[in-house]
Amino acid sequence: MNRVELQNVSVRYPAQRIPTLKEWVVRARGKRPAAVNALRDVTLSVAAGEAFGIIGRNGAGKSTLLRVIAGIIPPNRGEVVTRGALAPVIELGTGFDGELSGRENIFFNGSLLGRSRAFMRRCEEEIIDFSGIGAHIDSPLRTYSTGMVARLAFSVATTIDAEIVLLDEVLAVGDASFREKCEERIRGFHSNGATIVFVSHDLDSVRDLCSRAAWVEGGALRAVGAAEEVIDAYEKARPHPKGT
Amino acid sequence: MTDLASERRYVAGATVNLREELRDISRSAHLLRNLVHRDLTIRYKRSVLGFFWTMLHPLLLMLILVMVFSSIFRFTVPRYDIYVLSALLPWNFYAQTTVGSMASLAWNGALMKRVRVPKSIFTLSTVLAGLINLALAYIPLLVIMLVRGTPIRAAFLFLPVSLLILAVFTYGVSLILTAFSVYFVDVREMYTVAMTALMYLTPVIYPIEILPERFRPFFALNPLVYFIDIVRAPVHSGVLPTTQSLLIATTLALAAAVIGWTIFRRLSRGFYPYL
Repeated sequence: MNRVELQNVSVRYPAQRIPTLKEWVVRARGKRPAAVNALRDVTLSVAAGEAFGIIGRNGAGKSTLLRVIAGIIPPNRGEVVTRGALAPVIELGTGFDGELSGRENIFFNGSLLGRSRAFMRRCEEEIIDFSGIGAHIDSPLRTYSTGMVARLAFSVATTIDAEIVLLDEVLAVGDASFREKCEERIRGFHSNGATIVFVSHDLDSVRDLCSRAAWVEGGALRAVGAAEEVIDAYEKARPHPKGT
Repeated sequence: MTDLASERRYVAGATVNLREELRDISRSAHLLRNLVHRDLTIRYKRSVLGFFWTMLHPLLLMLILVMVFSSIFRFTVPRYDIYVLSALLPWNFYAQTTVGSMASLAWNGALMKRVRVPKSIFTLSTVLAGLINLALAYIPLLVIMLVRGTPIRAAFLFLPVSLLILAVFTYGVSLILTAFSVYFVDVREMYTVAMTALMYLTPVIYPIEILPERFRPFFALNPLVYFIDIVRAPVHSGVLPTTQSLLIATTLALAAAVIGWTIFRRLSRGFYPYL
């Protein structure tokens, strides 16, 4: 079974916003703002139990692709199908509130991902435990460091029995020991039939964790296939593999 | 293992379907509860009196208005304090909710860029939080009525129906405003200014009788006049609202809800780049 299917998906954005209603009325209606093609004709599928990596340079469309899968950006063309409960960790602190404490945020975040209070109460200890935040869990989130927020977000997304976990550069902010814990969890994850889609600049961790990968460039897929091969092709195409 | 119920399909060009959105909102009941709770608590979290502001605020406002205006209107309106409060509380609900729902969508923009949520849920949560605040604000009003010996008649029991009609209208207007405010940053400023003007064009703090007869037909064009009428009658006069006001208000409320939803579902698909 495919957890994620994209069929000829394209996404376009207007190049700039119309700042005010006044301006919109005053401006000649004939002129249409130029559009940016963020994704062009992307077709791919991710099977249950797979860890799938998305690589590419900055601005290539990796995050847009992840957001389309998450149902956040509607496609302008094509069709997107997902099967299973989603848990996106896109940018840090997905649906966190600075005024609430870490613990309250666990519940708030859970409700965003469609989980009941009772369900979250059962996961609460495990989440706090895995995040390693300890006594700070009852302090307001605005007092947390970026790394702490990332740890909390990752812990929530991977503890609530989601079937499709979307990770956007989350591992990059944690420290080495937490990263190791995360990688271990990701490996254990797909044995349960859950799927991980994972955007990263860190080619080594993609090679390590993912069975398949996609290389995105200019909004289009340059290559899809076995992670090893896609990464090799990507590295060969770039003169400075250590860049970015 | 295959959970067909959790299959989700997005086809390009399809507009948001009312049934789907309702299903999503009902699935997000926990989120809705959390949003309402957050709306109610965050507003007062850092203030000493906290939640009591909800009740204290209308009292202080009334005190000011009564001091300023009661000598002017003393002879035209009996029980001027109740007259003002019975309209001012629902007016504040309408004004704060319509403005607040635009702010709520803007604040939650970051959220919508990271998680898929039914977008109309923020408007709904603002209306619900506003209703709870409104219900609390009626407590000091009742206390004033008891203290002043104002008779509380059976018609008072009709108030929840009136408030429900007002809430439906508020929800519809909020949907229209929020949908446009995402695209145009100045909608919120313009509306806020318009609301201040509108308050003086609606008989909230003054009785309509003080106006010359020839101006009154214009007031019939202001939809809020009918809502003020149906929420004030059961409290201030202790009578049921007139059938005419009730019919017009109900029609306006339903029309606003239908138009609001239609516009919102058209426009909300294009929100993403503007959040």
